[in-house]
Amino acid sequence: MTELATPRVGTERLKRGFARMQQGGVIMDVTTAEQASIAEAAGAVAVMALERVPADIRAAGGVARMADPLKVREIMDRVSIPVMAKCRIGHTAEARILESMGVDMIDESEVLTPADPFHHVDKKLFQVPFVCGARDLGEALRRIAEGAAMIRTKGEAGTGNVVEAVRHLRQIQSQIDSLANMTPARLSEFARETRVPLELVEEVRTLKRLPVVNFAAGGIATPADAALCRLLGADGVFVGSGIFKAQNPAKVASAIVEASLHYTDAALLARVSSGLGEPMRGIEISTIPPGELLQVRE
Amino acid sequence: MSATVGVLALQGDVPEHRDLLVRVPGIGSVLEVRTPEHLERVGALFLPGGESTTVSRLLDEFQLREPLLRRLREGLPAFATCAGLITLAKEIEPSPHGRDPSPLGILDVRVRRNDYGRQVDSFELPLRFPGLGEAEFLAVFIRAPRILRTGPRVEVLATDGKSPVAVREGRIWGLTFHPELAGDIRLHRWFLESTGVLPSAPGVAGASPRAG
Repeated sequence: MTELATPRVGTERLKRGFARMQQGGVIMDVTTAEQASIAEAAGAVAVMALERVPADIRAAGGVARMADPLKVREIMDRVSIPVMAKCRIGHTAEARILESMGVDMIDESEVLTPADPFHHVDKKLFQVPFVCGARDLGEALRRIAEGAAMIRTKGEAGTGNVVEAVRHLRQIQSQIDSLANMTPARLSEFARETRVPLELVEEVRTLKRLPVVNFAAGGIATPADAALCRLLGADGVFVGSGIFKAQNPAKVASAIVEASLHYTDAALLARVSSGLGEPMRGIEISTIPPGELLQVRE
Repeated sequence: MSATVGVLALQGDVPEHRDLLVRVPGIGSVLEVRTPEHLERVGALFLPGGESTTVSRLLDEFQLREPLLRRLREGLPAFATCAGLITLAKEIEPSPHGRDPSPLGILDVRVRRNDYGRQVDSFELPLRFPGLGEAEFLAVFIRAPRILRTGPRVEVLATDGKSPVAVREGRIWGLTFHPELAGDIRLHRWFLESTGVLPSAPGVAGASPRAG
């Protein structure tokens, strides 16, 4: 038998590939091992281990940090699906802690209080893949250039209001569409303006989409919300407060999983949306003081 | 004549299989299979990577389990990668924690999920295949399952040096890695030629030993 080469780990292909396996799926925020089990049973493709869901972070105020490693560990020990966890923007030490624990993906998240006013984590230096939030194409490409293997819309987390996630999905897509008509000079201008390598902009123009998967996140509360985001081109969805702030989490969770798959089948959406009980109450965006918007954190 | 092939599109890296298949000469169309009706229209089925617990649940939720099993028993060629392999396996070693999917039991292998470790342990390894000559094939393993045991009618096509990573039993192929992530059409093509879905082109993959 021929000698086998040495395996390579932590490559861009492996990081982006992990994210590709999540496509069509629903990633659910959980704060306990019990919730993680409910999410797994409902068909979640992964769970996001958190100290508090965004709605409670919003209500509590103060500084929101990485979850207690003990809690993350309990969740990892409970489910067989991938476990993700959040670190603060630019908090390389939190990211290293989560990586050392074997978390499957790190969300460098604006939902937590940013730790570095100048830089995001240098994600290329890590073996674990990262997902990052974005509101527009420039922001998405800056994160990808830093090494993000997956993008999600920022939306406005903890509101149960899908409008910002929709805004960010539409914004990214319309900017991708506009690249098609740009002259080479305009294209390099766009790259300069958005502080992104020109090759990355050219790649997106050719692909007509981001080179990594793009999920919807931030305000998705119902199966219909998930279907709307999928209709607008999201490769999958993150659901945060929407599940465990609902009256019947297990039922809402599995309904959102089914809606994310059969998002064009209105009859099915009607069936899975029926009798779910009270959803999370939700917040109108214009009532949030500008200083309390999470999405502006970059 | 051109073939219609399907990709089981419940969850996972469906676009990656589809994008590879449209590059294979002789493929007429690639159908995303979500219903029993779709299943009737395809001459071969690709089962992508993804989360096997999610896929297993959706197979039941959308009444696809029985139709799929029936088509496979009738001889529908199937090419399953990672979670797809777990879906077809005869036995799954119970996970120490969490839920396990209920497999279809059509491919005589025993597998253990995520046996190479978590995502940080995912790896790439160049492999050689008997049907592909000297040129290596880059195998991409992501939270990969390990094949612990193979039945008497299962042929091992490649190993990682220790465990089988690509096997076939008749017209059903199972891989623990993701050829669709390497952008290399040779394994997809070899499968389609050796199962007779596509005519064999002399001098390329199809010149390999026949399927068991």
